[in-house]
Amino acid sequence: MTAPATLTHTLAARDLRVDTVAGHPVLKGVSYEIAPGEVLALVGESGSGKTTAGLAALGHFRRGLVHTGGTVSLQSDDGEPVSVLEVGDRERRSLRGSTVAYIPQDPAASLNPALRIGRQIGEVLETHGYGTSAAERSARIAEVLAEVGLPDDESYQRRYPHELSGGQQQRVGIAMAFACRPSVVVLDEPTTGLDVTTQTLVLRTVAALTTEHDTAALYITHDLAVVATIAHRVAVLRHGEVVECGSAEEVLRAPSHAYTRELVTAVPHLDGTGATSTSAAERPESVTPESAGSNGAEPDGVGSNGASADTAEPDSAEADSADSNGTQPGDAAPAATGGDRARTPVLSVSGLSVSYGDHRVLHDVSLDVRAGECLMLLGESGSGKTTLSQCVAGLGEPHAGTVSLSGSPLATSTQRRTAEQLRSVQYVFQSPYSSLNPRKTIAQSVELPLRTLTDLDATARRARVAETLERVRLDPAFGDRLPDELSGGQRQRAAIARALVTTPEVLLCDEVTSALDVSVQATIVDLLCELRRELGTAMLFVTHNIALARHVADRIAVLRGGEVVESGTVDEVLGSPSHEYTRELLANTPRM
Amino acid sequence: MFRLILRRLAISVAVLWLVTLLVFVATLLLPGDPARAILGQQATPERIAALNDQLGLDAPVWQRYLDWLGGVVTGDLGTSAASQGPVTELLGGRIGASLVLLVGAAVISTVLGLALGTWSALRRGRAVDHTVSGLSLVVAALPEFVIGVALIVVLSTTVLPVLPSVTLAPPGEPVWSRPSQLVLPILALTLVVTPYITRMMRATMSEVLDSGYVEMARLKGLPERVVITRHAVPHAIGPVAQVIAIQLAWLAGGVVVVEFLFRYPGIGQALIDAVNNRDVEVVQAITLLIAAVYIVVNLIADIVGIMTNPKLRAEVAR
Repeated sequence: MTAPATLTHTLAARDLRVDTVAGHPVLKGVSYEIAPGEVLALVGESGSGKTTAGLAALGHFRRGLVHTGGTVSLQSDDGEPVSVLEVGDRERRSLRGSTVAYIPQDPAASLNPALRIGRQIGEVLETHGYGTSAAERSARIAEVLAEVGLPDDESYQRRYPHELSGGQQQRVGIAMAFACRPSVVVLDEPTTGLDVTTQTLVLRTVAALTTEHDTAALYITHDLAVVATIAHRVAVLRHGEVVECGSAEEVLRAPSHAYTRELVTAVPHLDGTGATSTSAAERPESVTPESAGSNGAEPDGVGSNGASADTAEPDSAEADSADSNGTQPGDAAPAATGGDRARTPVLSVSGLSVSYGDHRVLHDVSLDVRAGECLMLLGESGSGKTTLSQCVAGLGEPHAGTVSLSGSPLATSTQRRTAEQLRSVQYVFQSPYSSLNPRKTIAQSVELPLRTLTDLDATARRARVAETLERVRLDPAFGDRLPDELSGGQRQRAAIARALVTTPEVLLCDEVTSALDVSVQATIVDLLCELRRELGTAMLFVTHNIALARHVADRIAVLRGGEVVESGTVDEVLGSPSHEYTRELLANTPRM
Repeated sequence: MFRLILRRLAISVAVLWLVTLLVFVATLLLPGDPARAILGQQATPERIAALNDQLGLDAPVWQRYLDWLGGVVTGDLGTSAASQGPVTELLGGRIGASLVLLVGAAVISTVLGLALGTWSALRRGRAVDHTVSGLSLVVAALPEFVIGVALIVVLSTTVLPVLPSVTLAPPGEPVWSRPSQLVLPILALTLVVTPYITRMMRATMSEVLDSGYVEMARLKGLPERVVITRHAVPHAIGPVAQVIAIQLAWLAGGVVVVEFLFRYPGIGQALIDAVNNRDVEVVQAITLLIAAVYIVVNLIADIVGIMTNPKLRAEVAR
């Protein structure tokens, strides 16, 4: 090991320029350097070129990209700096995996599904001639597995990737990268797609390994909360240029560039500040259940009147005395909500159970959503939250239990629901990239529910479409475009417009922000809150991100393993979580 | 895994049984009367009746089917009406001869197709890729008899008279005792089948080469040879095996035309002769044989698919 005093940078990129084959610039002169043991976070949104900049450190450019200028120099433990982009193929190969290693974003796609994990780690060691004997190499495999907190026994090494959970797969990826004790690791959003508990574990592992081996790490991410947890320095990348670079403290606390400020304010906070461009969020520190109920209906208090939610709800008057099962564990309604709040719920789910064969997805789930209220359904992947929202929408499997709308029960499948019922319950899907028909214009997509579920004539439909697009802050001119011509955020707005065009009583939002960048997420969350206030729609907001709670929800129901383990108002759940799992989630959610 | 394979096997047997039913019914519907075909137009009704009786053609249909099926199961394919000898004896040598063609063409075209497809995928968008794609499309568009005739013209008669165009098979001497006469039939079959395998392999390989695990293998610093053979090809094989199976199954039928063209003494020739002679038992036996090849080849493809997919392999471990 060389002393940090004599070695200033392990990895240094100078004026990196990369174009697409068509000549469109992807990186316009990116420079960064990382000292041994240091973690540099490369922050940017999708399309900013951060993965390209990271892969350049390994001398790799993806198909369709051409390196047009700049150098990357890599200083390994044994002295001489190597110019990664200028050496021959053979020498570059000998660097990859041994001196500079890569940890990919999606471990499920990056581990060879047909090879046992021990073999996949072992082949790095073999290729780079680690150790002198097979015994030494297999000892190292066991050692590195233990280092990332996985079992190191023979039977574990003989597993295939599909036999591991996402978090375990990612730790195998990390073990593979650290197997040869590299001087530099490039981590490309390694925790995207992992739940917060696993994310914390992975972040800790990475931090421990980089410190222990004095490894320089380039950590690519779009999540500033993660940056705050792990990085020493931050470089902010935008449109292929580094717009700001400095210590993590500096950049996150006192961002100098406008874009960085925008990114920082867009990060959702557990305590409710930030996440909006307006960012008012004057929520009282302690609230009574009663005030929490009405106050929660005004998201982030954008200075409008307090009567908003209570007056703007349609149809709630006729919703009569359906049994709301106030004692059910899933019924999140606080008992003492005060007279005017004790209405019957618009949407009521009781005793819902779904099984696929022997596998129980949902078990006896009950919840209620009132007009103008937003219930956050919080759960990790596999908790059954999407199944639940699909059952509500009538898209799911046959289920036991009842879903009722304003007191009248809904059929399990959309085919047996009336047009009026279908109109009243609308769904916004997770990915706006796949939920909009690529061959239909936005206006056609938005018009479709009106066509099938209402008897409005063509003129009235057109007027309604234009009005709805405006309502989701989308220029009606976008109506003539195809989804391909829109950004992710614009597409999600269009998808929301499609759901709202029939003025539903219940809007189901299934992870609507998780496919979007953080700053876009903030604008979508703002939009949903405003729409809820304007239209008085009841919302079921399904998410895995507890940090969004104060930004969108009035109440939270925490779903785990198909059961509601905790429910209550946002303040109750975040302030004094009663279930172990909720406490764990709160503890593991990174804060800035 | 074994349960999965056993299930596939059971399905195959069921399909084969359905085929026997179809074959039997189809031959019932064939125009013409076997007895009259054997005895000629001048046969007296008494002689025809006698022969019908001898061939068991008087018995009810279901009984004839069961008799025949029983024979098939025990390896007795009946008696050829034309040659009066057992069908098994008639076909014995010919099956061997056809198998030589089939296996030869199958091995060459599979290896060639996989190699060309992989090579082409690795050189995507370059001249090699365009050449391979273009050529394979042209060849794939030609019917097998056109390819056969073209081969005869080029390599046997007009341009380069180096290879025999007609197979000479003196009785008692196996066809492969003169290897040069196998070249053209095998080449013709290979040319028909290879383009499909090449194109499918190219498409699958392109997809696999863009996958995360291939990129990861390269970023681990593995030599390109290892990346291709260990990380890319095994994933491309599964889907391509299905296409190979369909192509090889096609070979079993395509062999009829090619054998006819080169006067090759295989089952294809025998089938054509048998149809001309109304030799029902032989037609049944050969049709069944070709169907069996289809089924076996597809079964092998399914098993390869299961073997190359660890998820399917593990399914049974539960």
